[in-house]
Amino acid sequence: MKRIAYLAITLFSSAAISMAQSPEQKGLDIAQKADEVDHGFESSSSTLTMILKNKHGQESTRKLSNQTLELVEDGDKSMIVFNSPRDVKGTATLTYTHKEGADDQWLYLPALKRVKRISSNNKSGPFMGSEFAYEDLSSQEVEKYTYKFLKEESLNGEACYAVERDPVDPNSGYSRQIAWYNKGNYRIEKIEYYDRKNALLKTLTFKNYQQYLNKHWRAGEMVMVNHQSNKETTLIFDDYQFKLGLTDNDFTQNSLKRSR
Amino acid sequence: MKMHSSLYKRWRSLGFAVLLSFTAVSLVQGQDVYKEFNTEVAGEYRYFFNSGNYPNQHQNYFSIKIEPELLLEWDDGRQQLNFTGFLRLDRDDRRTHADIRELYWLIARNNWELSVGLKKVFWGVTESIHLVDIINSTDIVESFDGEEKLGQPMVHFSYVSKIGTIDLFALPYTRRPQFPGSEGRLRTPFIIDGSEAGFESGSEEYRPTFATRWSNSIGVFDIGLSHFYGNGREPLFDVASESVFYPVNHQTGLDIQATTGPFLWKFEAIRRDNKFQEVYALAGGFEYTFSNIRDSGIDIGILGEYLYDNRDDLAISGMDNDLFVGSRIAFNDTQSSQILAGAIFDLSKSTQLWSIEAERRIGSSWKASVEMRLFEKVAREEFLLYALRQDSFAQFTISKFF
Repeated sequence: MKRIAYLAITLFSSAAISMAQSPEQKGLDIAQKADEVDHGFESSSSTLTMILKNKHGQESTRKLSNQTLELVEDGDKSMIVFNSPRDVKGTATLTYTHKEGADDQWLYLPALKRVKRISSNNKSGPFMGSEFAYEDLSSQEVEKYTYKFLKEESLNGEACYAVERDPVDPNSGYSRQIAWYNKGNYRIEKIEYYDRKNALLKTLTFKNYQQYLNKHWRAGEMVMVNHQSNKETTLIFDDYQFKLGLTDNDFTQNSLKRSR
Repeated sequence: MKMHSSLYKRWRSLGFAVLLSFTAVSLVQGQDVYKEFNTEVAGEYRYFFNSGNYPNQHQNYFSIKIEPELLLEWDDGRQQLNFTGFLRLDRDDRRTHADIRELYWLIARNNWELSVGLKKVFWGVTESIHLVDIINSTDIVESFDGEEKLGQPMVHFSYVSKIGTIDLFALPYTRRPQFPGSEGRLRTPFIIDGSEAGFESGSEEYRPTFATRWSNSIGVFDIGLSHFYGNGREPLFDVASESVFYPVNHQTGLDIQATTGPFLWKFEAIRRDNKFQEVYALAGGFEYTFSNIRDSGIDIGILGEYLYDNRDDLAISGMDNDLFVGSRIAFNDTQSSQILAGAIFDLSKSTQLWSIEAERRIGSSWKASVEMRLFEKVAREEFLLYALRQDSFAQFTISKFF
């Protein structure tokens, strides 16, 4: 008798899951699927133009280049080199993202030829005076957030899943984010960032998506608007390349020193 | 005669450099070469608050620096030719000087890298003193903090493995840094001619020097262990003959940084042996950063370091039993404004050294910076610093990047 009751409960609960998956589970599934469909680019590079606009509309420009090595067991490795403004030319950062725990990060200062290990604690601070925080630009590993599916919604004619993402790291500058994943190809169309007081802080819009190698979707333009300061930063990506044959050897302190 | 031979040697090293660049250029012909040429021109004004201790010194110094840089890159970026020239024109004719900071060819393959030519290499983690950093000679007349270096001829091989990075250096020639002239500030009562510096070794500046370093990042730790054998980089002073000379040193260095959350823990130690002295020195401390304070984007770092040197009063740096406290403020604004301010207090004497460095970008190709150094209550027992007790100064620099 006991056994039959147990069986009945098991049957009932598995039926319940398939019928009404919890919003947390569904959110996580969407994030995992988005991560999965982008697997296999191995390594990539691009050049970036960053246009900073203050509340009076005055603009200043920075140029960067970027290389990423895809890793499966742990987070990706990446290197960013600053090409302009001229006084910081040659400055570069090397980041080892970890799925759990703090990322490892090194900064290269070309005038002193010095490599400094820096704290990756400062996630919420502005990247190069822009409206992008360091955490907005770091590798978006699935494990960095907990998820909750909110609703299905159409955005500029694209059917999307709106998913709430709560940062796991207590040093994050956000209480939560809402990300709109494209239902068809799982690329992210928009993210809203809410500050620690849960007020809307910024909106990031992804534009000019292009598909590479018949698989990987990359935005040609990302626009971050800060609703509290009325400042705006646009990131324009050019010259995307994939499967460059890069290895761990291209992401060492030595390669950081010779990066230009 | 000596003047003649030193000139000859200078031309010979220049000849070597030109030959090297021709070789590199001929190597890259017919390949897809990436070229980049940049120049920094800086105007500098130094004001000394007090009149000098010694005759001929001034209080106002205008000066110009030109630093051209050329990069050639080919073989998918895995081979490079780097050149950085340097020219300083100053009221003090000894501070007026030219140098080749860098002129080297580099080849990188998988996990190794080889460079040949004049190059600059930095080791270490602490902020107030650089004990383990020993490959390059310091350009003494260029800056007070000792962070400006002369180009060092070398063959440098670097090998990255699972157990860390091994660096091997062969340094065939030792540079002779110049000292301030009679019109210069920040100098000793007597004028030292750096180009006349002597060496313990009979082969003088041609005595080969070797160095090796192992470094690795293990979890939160970044560790470096190094050994250096050959012509020392820090001169010994012979007050009787008003000259300097360089002993043959064995120096072992250890540098460790632990990066834990907002804390950086830093430690450097050296042991240096030569015929005249046995030196033990260490520096250790921390840097704690309050980041993005109240969502303003501003980071404020607090730094504290303890400095020890067993030479006591004879330590060239004067950092024999001292405490450094400082603060680094990064505004993280569009102009990348930042300030580093601090003071070094001698714990067994009265001496205090205060400093402020601040900089801010103007537009996209200009930079303004201010540097101030104050020598306060300098104790009479200080070997070098006592000579500088009148030399507190403020320096304003405008740089244009072409």
